[in-house]
Amino acid sequence: MIRARGLAKDYGEKHVLRGLDFELERGGFLVVTGANGSGKTTLLRLCAGLAIPTGGSLEVEPERGAIGFLGHEPLVYRELTALENLDLYGRLYRVPERRERIGMLLERFGLWDARNGRADTFSRGMLQRLALCRALLHDPELLVLDEPFSALDEDGAGLLDRELAELRPRATFVVTSHDPERVAHLATNRLAFV
Amino acid sequence: MSGYFNDVAVLARKDLKLELRARSTVPAMLLFVVAALVVFHFALPAESSELAAKGMLWVAIVFTALLGLTRAFVAEREQRLIDGLLLAPCDRSAIWLAKSLSVLGFLVVVELVALPAFALFFSGIDGATVAGVALADLGICAVGTVLAAMAVAGRARELLLPLLFLPLAIPIVVGGVGASVTGEPARYLGFLALYDAVFAIISWASFEYVVTE
Repeated sequence: MIRARGLAKDYGEKHVLRGLDFELERGGFLVVTGANGSGKTTLLRLCAGLAIPTGGSLEVEPERGAIGFLGHEPLVYRELTALENLDLYGRLYRVPERRERIGMLLERFGLWDARNGRADTFSRGMLQRLALCRALLHDPELLVLDEPFSALDEDGAGLLDRELAELRPRATFVVTSHDPERVAHLATNRLAFV
Repeated sequence: MSGYFNDVAVLARKDLKLELRARSTVPAMLLFVVAALVVFHFALPAESSELAAKGMLWVAIVFTALLGLTRAFVAEREQRLIDGLLLAPCDRSAIWLAKSLSVLGFLVVVELVALPAFALFFSGIDGATVAGVALADLGICAVGTVLAAMAVAGRARELLLPLLFLPLAIPIVVGGVGASVTGEPARYLGFLALYDAVFAIISWASFEYVVTE
């Protein structure tokens, strides 16, 4: 569940968000749209706990450890292999049966054969798939996804479509997309920034 | 509590693994400290006192540590990986402690070369100096890591870290030089230990606020 009342975020003199009100029930799927620089990413960072509001209030349920976040950067160490990156996050999130879970996700996202390859040898699409594995590793209750389809080829995008549909009944979503039609069939709420 | 230290171990091991792969920090620090000692060797007149030479050792240590601290959050900064660590459910101070330990590890490795090199170029190293260096390392890493994280968030980060760190390193230099050159080093070693304890607590408690937007 997410509840924002008069939510505001400033960076110095720049007012990125002002007086934002919205509510998303548990199990909801919020699609956030808007032009570049309109505050979509800032909203997602606030929801994920990576930023603190400068005004208003924001209640987010669940706690930080049950949030899966996919941002513009894949948040994986380039010098580590795919397996080492996921193992690092798996340990930090205390994922039960970590190795099995990592293996299953790598298999599902088509990265099993590349599991021992360093992330700095991956293409942009492979990095995005690895980032999705990282975001889903701890089976989050709330998924905060910033442009999840970016850099994915048709296969990858199809894979993500299926993954979102499968997770839809048991997770809450906040998703930004330049192609909102792609997730329109899943959406319960919409928020448009101007 | 074991979970906390487990997180620290996981994060510190990751930093060591990254350094073993990239080899970008320790070799640079080694090169710097040896080059600095060579420069000081030729810069100081032959008849200079041992006191002056010990002062040079502390200058070399502080600036070498600064070099390591500048690189401490490079990966986290360039790829915004600090977000990945902040999202994890571990206590955020574990990130500070792990990073401090890895910087400490790098510094100790560098000093294992630097101290014998100093003894070769200038004069022998006594136990009080080694104890002073060990205590100073703890303070440097505790304070420096939190300042490095602070500087990473700013625009002029390469400029900001020395400006923040060097004033706070003055007591370390005072304590370290005092422990190295006086006949009764205990007072200075106690001062360094007190500095370490106070600033470690402040850094540990403040890290979360430093890294949150």
